[in-house]
Amino acid sequence: MTSSILFNVTTIAYMASMVVFFAYLASKNKTLGLTGSIIAYVGLIIQTAAIALRWKESYDMGVGHAPLSNLYESVVFFSWTIILIFAFIDIKYKYRVVGAFVVPFALLGMTWAQLGLNTGIEPLVPALQSNWLLYHVVTCFLGYAAFAVACGISIMYLIKAKHEEGGSASPGGLMAMFPPIRILDDLNYRAIMIGFPLLTLGIITGAAWANYAWGTYWSWDPKETWSLIVWFIYAAFLHARFTRGWVGKRAAWLSIIGFAATIFCYLGVNLFLSGLHSYGNSKM
Amino acid sequence: MATTERNFVQKVWDFFCSLKLTIFLLISLALTSVIGTILPQGPLPPEYVAEISPIKLQIYTKLGFFDMYHSWWFIALLYIFSINLISCSIKRLPHVFKFITEPTTILGESLRNSFSLKKELAISASVEAGRDKLAEFLAKEFATPVVNEHNGEYHLFAQKNAWCRLGVYVVHLSILVIFVGAIIGSLFGFKGFVTIVEGSSVSSIESRNGQQIPLGFDLRCDQFNVTFYNTGSPKEFKSILTVLENGQPVKDYTNVRVVVNDPLTYKGFTFYQSSYGQATEGGEHFFTATRRSGGAPEQFALSEGGVATFKDGTTFKLLETTPEVRQFMPDFSGPAARIEVTFKGKSPQTFIVLKNYPEINAQRNDELTFNYLGSNAKMYTGLQVAKDPGVWVVWLGCALMVAGIFIAFFMSHKRVWVIVSKGHIRMYANANKNQAAFQMQFDTLADKFTNLKI
Ligand code: HEM
Repeated sequence: MTSSILFNVTTIAYMASMVVFFAYLASKNKTLGLTGSIIAYVGLIIQTAAIALRWKESYDMGVGHAPLSNLYESVVFFSWTIILIFAFIDIKYKYRVVGAFVVPFALLGMTWAQLGLNTGIEPLVPALQSNWLLYHVVTCFLGYAAFAVACGISIMYLIKAKHEEGGSASPGGLMAMFPPIRILDDLNYRAIMIGFPLLTLGIITGAAWANYAWGTYWSWDPKETWSLIVWFIYAAFLHARFTRGWVGKRAAWLSIIGFAATIFCYLGVNLFLSGLHSYGNSKM
Repeated sequence: MATTERNFVQKVWDFFCSLKLTIFLLISLALTSVIGTILPQGPLPPEYVAEISPIKLQIYTKLGFFDMYHSWWFIALLYIFSINLISCSIKRLPHVFKFITEPTTILGESLRNSFSLKKELAISASVEAGRDKLAEFLAKEFATPVVNEHNGEYHLFAQKNAWCRLGVYVVHLSILVIFVGAIIGSLFGFKGFVTIVEGSSVSSIESRNGQQIPLGFDLRCDQFNVTFYNTGSPKEFKSILTVLENGQPVKDYTNVRVVVNDPLTYKGFTFYQSSYGQATEGGEHFFTATRRSGGAPEQFALSEGGVATFKDGTTFKLLETTPEVRQFMPDFSGPAARIEVTFKGKSPQTFIVLKNYPEINAQRNDELTFNYLGSNAKMYTGLQVAKDPGVWVVWLGCALMVAGIFIAFFMSHKRVWVIVSKGHIRMYANANKNQAAFQMQFDTLADKFTNLKI
């Protein structure tokens, strides 16, 4: 058994989970909703095993390190955290439909990683040889994942709000599956309440690492700056709740924009801008 | 006159206290920060200057876009941000304190209707007996209540975690603390750079703005070393450093191993492994030239860029050398030199000769076979140097921020009121956060409450 087989199984599980969730949306059959969640959890367990196995494989190769060192490994980890945060929200608040809008993000990540990225285990360049890598990456990605969940919920919010404005609040339609917008608004806030502290910790551990390794806790490197931009957007979101005229739709949009900025921070910066963080770039 | 002045002051105050300004500032900071991630910051690379139109260059320079995080308008935004934060806190903190220290202990009729968590219980005992029983109940199950009499009824009030309403203010304070730390660092700290050739020492370093800063001690580089993985990517950059006081090595600071992610700190200065290279001064590289037709190999020495000419008119130019070729040619290791050879009447050819693989050098089958014997050139290590007395203040701010966010998000101020009247008791409760979690706690409490026999 190798980790790459397990990762393929994971991808298939997330695909199945998404299909079942869509069937649930269409049929409103409660059992399907439960099945969708269970398949996602099974996928999560397999993926956890796969990540652990890859970790071990790297030691067997003599270049042992946590599987968080290149783009492939980070995308896989991102998918894992998305399902983890989804599981947390699913178990705590029990709005199964959320899965239909969140599992696709994890599936997208896994598919891209398995098909489009270099899956080889590589040795760590000197710049990444630090325990801070683990703390920094784990906190950042858990935060990103919570924002992904919040984004899915916000999309649901906007769809539902638009539908209600249209006046067709037919009791039996697809929309009846969605939680009421008040609840969606609240779930959005709760997901961000999980993500914001984690992003804050991610930025702080990054700063601590930079200070430890280079003697500057902040150097306005594009990645750092983008993480701060994301942080500003979600801080604006948190304050929007206390300001009349900024709740509801605008808050949902802020959450979506926040996640778009998160994705740019994660991928766009590496693809379009240059700096200290480009994965695989062997800068000291 | 006086009133319009007051009005104006009031308006300015309200402006700085407003949360709309906060949102505006947060979004402005987010948007403007993007500029510095797209445009180059600091000294401009010549290729960039050649590419951009002169008008744009002038406008961007005027607007400070090439050092935008230190431009007057970005700093001004941060000042307004701080003023917003401070005035907002000044305006609200007294209310919050009052809320904590002088809670609403008597629940008026109109307030009662606004609670979603409530429970009623019929009693047969006297009002006083009910009051005592309930005070005991609350003290045991929730928190010790304060008791007040009001219009013949008894109002019991108990609360938990009232102080956690200060959590957001801790977050806001933490931002200011981090700013203070950053300012201390920029006033009293510096960043600099130093290169030390193996075997030599330095007593001062150059700061980023070009100043020479004395260290007050000497730092010697005993050795520098690079190792590579088989793939050719670097594995470790290692300097062996020794701190000298009055020329004598300092105990515990002798032969210290400094690698990336593991710096050396002495007397407030921290030295970080940052770059390396071959010292150019005095570095000679040794080669042999062997004639295919036979004869003893001819040995010669060159420094980088140097040219040697042979009797038959062949010229040999040393372009560059490396002490470790693996980073460029993963299948090989050891020192290598890139050379340009021009045989008489032929065009120049550039190739690489390897120290550890003379058989490969020989495969070229030219009239002259060149071998690289290595060099007496020393390595130098490049160290980033920093001193930042404000960094601990920054970490204090970060700790406050994490603690404050945790309190603000995950702890809640829980309050319970009990009104004992003739014939019945009513209980009301509320939490400022996480009402759902509190609901469960309240349900347990309400169960025990309804089982009371009074
Ligand atoms: C100009 C700057 C700022 C001002 C004037 C400001 C003001 C406020 C105010 C008035 C509240 C509401 C307090 C309440 O009634 O419960 C609040 C909440 C909060 N603020 Fe700020 N704030 C600012 C910047 C920030 C920043 C940059 C952060 C980033 C961490 C932040 C984090 C929070 C948090 C976490 C809350 C609690 C939100 C919640 O409970 O949902 N604030 N802020």
